[in-house]
Amino acid sequence: MITGLMQTVFNDRAAAIAAVAIPIHPTSASSIADSVDHLYYFLTAITLFFTFAIFTTIFFFMVKFRRRSPDERPADTKTHLALELSWTIIPTLITVVIFVWASSLYFENSRPPEAATEIFVVGKQWMWHIQHPEGVREINELHVPVNAPIKITMTSDDVIHDFYIPAFRVKKDAVPGRYTSLWFQATKIGTYHIFCAQYCGADHAEMIGWVYVMSPSDYAAWLSGGARNESMAQTGERLFTQLGCVTCHVADNTGRGPSLVGLYGHQEKLRNGDSKLVDETLIRQAIVNPNSIILPNFPPIMPSFQGQINEEQVLQLIAYVKSLGAEERKTNGK
Amino acid sequence: MSTTVIPEMPGQEIPAESRVNYLNASYGVKSWLLTTDHKRIALLYLGSITLMFFVGGFFAVLMRLHLIEPQGALVAPETYNKLFTMHGVIMVFFFLVPSIPATLGNFLVPMMIGARDLAFPRLNLLSWYIYIIGAAFTLYAVISGGVDTGWTFYTPYSSTFSHTSVIPTALGVFITGFSSILTGLNFVVTIHKMRAPGLTWFRLPLFIWAMYATSIIFILGTPVIAITIFLLGLERLLHIGIFDPAIGGDPILFQHMFWFYSHPAVYIMILPGMGVMSELITCFSRKRVFGYTFVAFSSLAIAIISFLVWGHHMFVTGQSIYAGLIFSVLSFLVAIPSAVKVFNWTATLYKGSISYDAPMLYALGFIGLFTMGGLTGLFLASLATDVHLNGTYFIVAHFHYIMVGGAVMAYLGGIHFWWPKITGRMYPDGWARFAALIIFVGFNLTFFPQFVLGYLGMPRRYAVYPTEFQVLNVMSSAGASILGIGYLIPLIYLLWSIRYGPIAGPNPWGAKGLEWETPSPPPTENFEQIPVVTEDAYDYANVGGSRG
Repeated sequence: MITGLMQTVFNDRAAAIAAVAIPIHPTSASSIADSVDHLYYFLTAITLFFTFAIFTTIFFFMVKFRRRSPDERPADTKTHLALELSWTIIPTLITVVIFVWASSLYFENSRPPEAATEIFVVGKQWMWHIQHPEGVREINELHVPVNAPIKITMTSDDVIHDFYIPAFRVKKDAVPGRYTSLWFQATKIGTYHIFCAQYCGADHAEMIGWVYVMSPSDYAAWLSGGARNESMAQTGERLFTQLGCVTCHVADNTGRGPSLVGLYGHQEKLRNGDSKLVDETLIRQAIVNPNSIILPNFPPIMPSFQGQINEEQVLQLIAYVKSLGAEERKTNGK
Repeated sequence: MSTTVIPEMPGQEIPAESRVNYLNASYGVKSWLLTTDHKRIALLYLGSITLMFFVGGFFAVLMRLHLIEPQGALVAPETYNKLFTMHGVIMVFFFLVPSIPATLGNFLVPMMIGARDLAFPRLNLLSWYIYIIGAAFTLYAVISGGVDTGWTFYTPYSSTFSHTSVIPTALGVFITGFSSILTGLNFVVTIHKMRAPGLTWFRLPLFIWAMYATSIIFILGTPVIAITIFLLGLERLLHIGIFDPAIGGDPILFQHMFWFYSHPAVYIMILPGMGVMSELITCFSRKRVFGYTFVAFSSLAIAIISFLVWGHHMFVTGQSIYAGLIFSVLSFLVAIPSAVKVFNWTATLYKGSISYDAPMLYALGFIGLFTMGGLTGLFLASLATDVHLNGTYFIVAHFHYIMVGGAVMAYLGGIHFWWPKITGRMYPDGWARFAALIIFVGFNLTFFPQFVLGYLGMPRRYAVYPTEFQVLNVMSSAGASILGIGYLIPLIYLLWSIRYGPIAGPNPWGAKGLEWETPSPPPTENFEQIPVVTEDAYDYANVGGSRG
């Protein structure tokens, strides 16, 4: 009982201390967080060193060379070329070190691993719409498994937003009309902030959410829990039929439009002679502004679907087209 | 005042009041509103930008009060968004950009080069009227409900989604840009064509070099912001599809165009401050500026490289990683000339005769705060750390260290240094030193916690915030209240000194430079005879040898 009481007192103390203590370090919960922090500490050390060096030099000079009589006339100091060159060249070398370090880290952090699971995010004044490939959809909440690479592909329905998870040290703008992406691998089970870090209007500060990092088994349970959803590709296929895409884009290439089987991930020659990689951005463009990317041998007759379907539905259609590509690769393999 | 030496100058026994000078040469509102005297125009600007500074500052005070509570203590989120937007627009376009060039620059460029006025005096007056018209549009926007786009006007929010007075504000910024262009043009021509006999380029005070570099940015950069704002207006009114992706535009294009001006504009704000700094350090240590040519050319280097770094504002927009690399390396490069200046100022103090008059305290405050601001820029030029820090309070802290800790400290230092020249009166030195100290302490307490907030991940422009950020926000707000008082003190004693301050005499600091060789306040024509220059700038070692 005494220990219990002590426990309570201790907890209260700890809570009280935590309440007044000034936080100085953010939680780090991703595979890149520590390496970003190391660079941050190095830069902090450089900043402190130079600030301290300049402050102490100035204070020393201020005291040592203070004016002792009003008619004092100190002699000229000659300009010192070696000194000028050294305080030009040494800082330059230091910045080269920082540049190489920061850039190589950024390169590493920019490339998602091949095996990453892709999750889709649409920013919208003032909420985050999130879709998992398995079809589960959530708002302002993102459930991910721990220790698994996750690629977030995002766009916006209206203005520019920015998807920011401080604990993971990742951030990227969600820009209307194009896809951007970031990736992370969460390393600690827990709950972390999602912030919108690009000012987006009245409730910008309320456009926040939580990432739930779960153990793989909890995540699997969460995915299968609740109403049974169809996958994003399946929803996309349903849309493909509902919107009538299927009447022209016939799989055996006998329709008025090209067959979409196997298109994803290929370089395609366009009517105007350009060769373009069929990726998410190109498929989106083909849906909202079809006549800008016409394949040879097909007439420019496809209507635009801009305004008729939202960004989440576009993503579902893309997931469906991507699944067609995967099917073909499987068939080719056989 | 006790430490200030007022050298005996023969032939200056006539009290300032009875001598004809630019202030008492004529009286009446008309004599001011139609003046073409660069010194009077400088004072017109001084009054206008001081008003704008306190309007912008008032918005900042409201913001900091609001942020004492995580859920917001004062206003609705929509109002908060308007507060930070109007604070930014007014402080950047109507205070910082014109601050030193339009007041001290206007007053000093002709005096420092031994000219009777700028090359185009009527153009100079026109530029003030243009500024006033621009300011009027922006203040109209404030009164007619405000604007909420952020001072950066990012599209498509500003072009399509915002329901506030975007057009009047944008028009105000558009119009006031022309006053910058005209001022820049006037300075460049004046510095090229109107230097006194013997005043070669490498005898020029470093303030003139800084004004020259600033003028180049004014002339080359400002048209770009004018075009950008014009296109934004067209897009908002006519929906022609430049920036709005829904009608075929590219929202990121706006950011490229905006930062192509607005990054160099940062140097419009800081380069003049660096120029003031060189004048103050040299005078109060009685030493020639260490490495004159290095300091002079670093100003030009900054002006040129500043046009090539705009992409570092856009590392997280989805910009290509290779573009990111190039902008990162150029951003490091632009830091070097600034570092060179700081080292040279510090070296100037070596074996000097240093006095601690109020302008010198502002100057030393500048070096400290600018060093911090510059070094924290390295975190943002570094790609990997910028990803985490971009869009957070770290950015807010960084640019306030440069623009408030740097530019405003230099501006106040300059005002205190040349105040006796401008008005002929001294202010109470004790109060001035006290204010410098209060501003330095208040500034650090306001903005240092914001570095930590940013690293913790608190995004900027948040009207409400999670509770774990409260302690640091309260510290910042406490600092802001001290800073606010710090800015009010000089306003009071400087106004007091105009009437009651002791007579300053022509050269109260024992400073070198042509502006100190004419009475205070100077006569309308600046110099009775155009001086002939026979020595380098800052020749403090030669006591009597002023000019031949």
